[in-house]
Amino acid sequence: MATNMAGAAQTDERLAEVGFFRRLLRLPEVGALIGAIVVWLFFALMASENWLSVTGVARILDSSSTLGIMAVAVALLMIGGEFDLSAGVMTGTTGLIAGMLATQLGWSIWLTMLVALIFALVVGYLNGLMVVKTGLPSFIVTLATFFILRGANVGVTRLVVNQVRVAGIDAAPGFEAAKLLFNTEFSLFGAEFRTVTIWWIAITIVASWVLLRTRYGNWIFATGGDANAARSQGVPAQWVKIALFMTTAAAAWLVGMMNILRLRSAVASQGIGQEFVYIIAAVIGGCLLTGGYGSAIGASIGALIFGMVRVGITFAGWDTDWFYAFLGVMLLVAVLVNNFTRRRAEATTVATAKVRTEGEEETS
Amino acid sequence: MTEPILEVRNVSKLFGSVIALSNVSAKVYPGEVTCLLGDNGAGKSTLIKIFAGVHQQTDGDYYFEGEKVVFNSPREALSRGIATVYQDLAMVPLMPIWRNFFLGAEPEKGWGPLRRYNIDFAKHTVREELGKMGIDIRDPDQPIGTMSGGERQSVAIARAVYFGAKVLILDEPTAALGVRQAGTVLRYIAQAAARNLGVIFITHNPHHAYPVGNRFIILKRGRTLGIWNKDEISREDMIRSMSGADELEALTHELDEVTRRRAAAAAEAAR
Repeated sequence: MATNMAGAAQTDERLAEVGFFRRLLRLPEVGALIGAIVVWLFFALMASENWLSVTGVARILDSSSTLGIMAVAVALLMIGGEFDLSAGVMTGTTGLIAGMLATQLGWSIWLTMLVALIFALVVGYLNGLMVVKTGLPSFIVTLATFFILRGANVGVTRLVVNQVRVAGIDAAPGFEAAKLLFNTEFSLFGAEFRTVTIWWIAITIVASWVLLRTRYGNWIFATGGDANAARSQGVPAQWVKIALFMTTAAAAWLVGMMNILRLRSAVASQGIGQEFVYIIAAVIGGCLLTGGYGSAIGASIGALIFGMVRVGITFAGWDTDWFYAFLGVMLLVAVLVNNFTRRRAEATTVATAKVRTEGEEETS
Repeated sequence: MTEPILEVRNVSKLFGSVIALSNVSAKVYPGEVTCLLGDNGAGKSTLIKIFAGVHQQTDGDYYFEGEKVVFNSPREALSRGIATVYQDLAMVPLMPIWRNFFLGAEPEKGWGPLRRYNIDFAKHTVREELGKMGIDIRDPDQPIGTMSGGERQSVAIARAVYFGAKVLILDEPTAALGVRQAGTVLRYIAQAAARNLGVIFITHNPHHAYPVGNRFIILKRGRTLGIWNKDEISREDMIRSMSGADELEALTHELDEVTRRRAAAAAEAAR
């Protein structure tokens, strides 16, 4: 019997060779890539003249960049199994903090940015701490943070500057240098690009590298895929989640700074409603809502699709009201594609979960 | 006989007012399979969680390699070489085999900010280690959730052995498996013991325990019902003491008595 078994183990005729095409389909970002190509071709037909120009490309990238930075951070958090609904409003909060300190106290922009960063990291830490210590869904915890920040943004701004907009930030010392670093224009092939795009690409590369090529990335996938399993293998799952919430908050800070450096002012309503856009971009990019699966490059492609649709609708001369309808369709298609390609893996997740609950019953 | 690698003396564990374990002693020897048997609620899980550092005993002593120890976390126990393979296998179904194999102990290469996961080494090692257990994986990138239950158990055992476990605790590894797959896993259990590991095999199936076990500990309602070497107990006796067959026999006698009296009474009435 033993020899029989060893023989069977050597070559199992039930195992099919994994072809190149199946391997390709297994990548989480494939759906988004196909989607991006389809959307690009669609607008190339609808508005070919502007769409195919360098200026058109620059407009699309400008429109996608800050969203892309956030989508990448949110994708990491979602792969880690959590949501952050306060990510959008945090871009406003950090901008207001830096703006008010600069205009009211005359601080250097660098110092105000540092204070805003510390604030963001503390809020991210508290979000994470609350989620891992209470075990409540991050959806609820960060929804509370969202409302607190949203209210405080308007309330504090009105108290301090007596209106809902902080203007004249460009008078702060160091403003031009900060602008040069974070959000300035530069010419390339006769069109105006922005440094924000370089940040976006760099962040996507670094995030992908961390996710796929370092142990921290392994821990993020494991924490989101099965936090109990990760913990019992010695992965500091709680720490991973807290770090991811802090990363998301830091990304929101970066985008907040980019916004005020570009607009020279900060608005109290900045970022509200954007949190869902980030999540949608991440989902289009292949992130599972249940965690443990997804890609940083995919999230960036998701953001690019957003940018293309936003710019494409203007180029095609349509009413921009259609933007959200278009997005809804994109999201639906993306979720169906994700569902289709991951159904098998998902099914086994359910099976293991069942074994676990049976085990727990036995202990109790 | 060699010294036990792991030993508990008179350990008790209370959860609030619930006595999960009461005065249990056990010895585990290297190169042997020690089977821990008992019905649901017997305290098997509590005992192995004390072994693994998940729980700390309320009373009694824990010795590892002859030295009195207190493990405050599973990580501490693991660093001493006590590895536990739980029922849920501590595996992430969506992740590839190689990522699961090295989860929490990822091999790295490079320096400073370029320090990175040594993926080639990981894939190569997984293929090699599983090959030793007779599992041929075509594609280490395959999500582990797509493997069969027996294969996943074997991956978990191979993982523990590879990471230098001295004591391997297996929590109901055959519970959810078919006959053939259970047989495969039992073979790996025997193999692990042959590599001089102390194996603790938890099960409530005496038919799985008897063929591979060298020593049997039967727990019942938090107490030790008995400890036997293989030559001291037959499979039938083990099944009987485990399943509470003695109680069943007593009950049968009692029922027989009732029937006899009733028959006698009926005969009396008929007369």
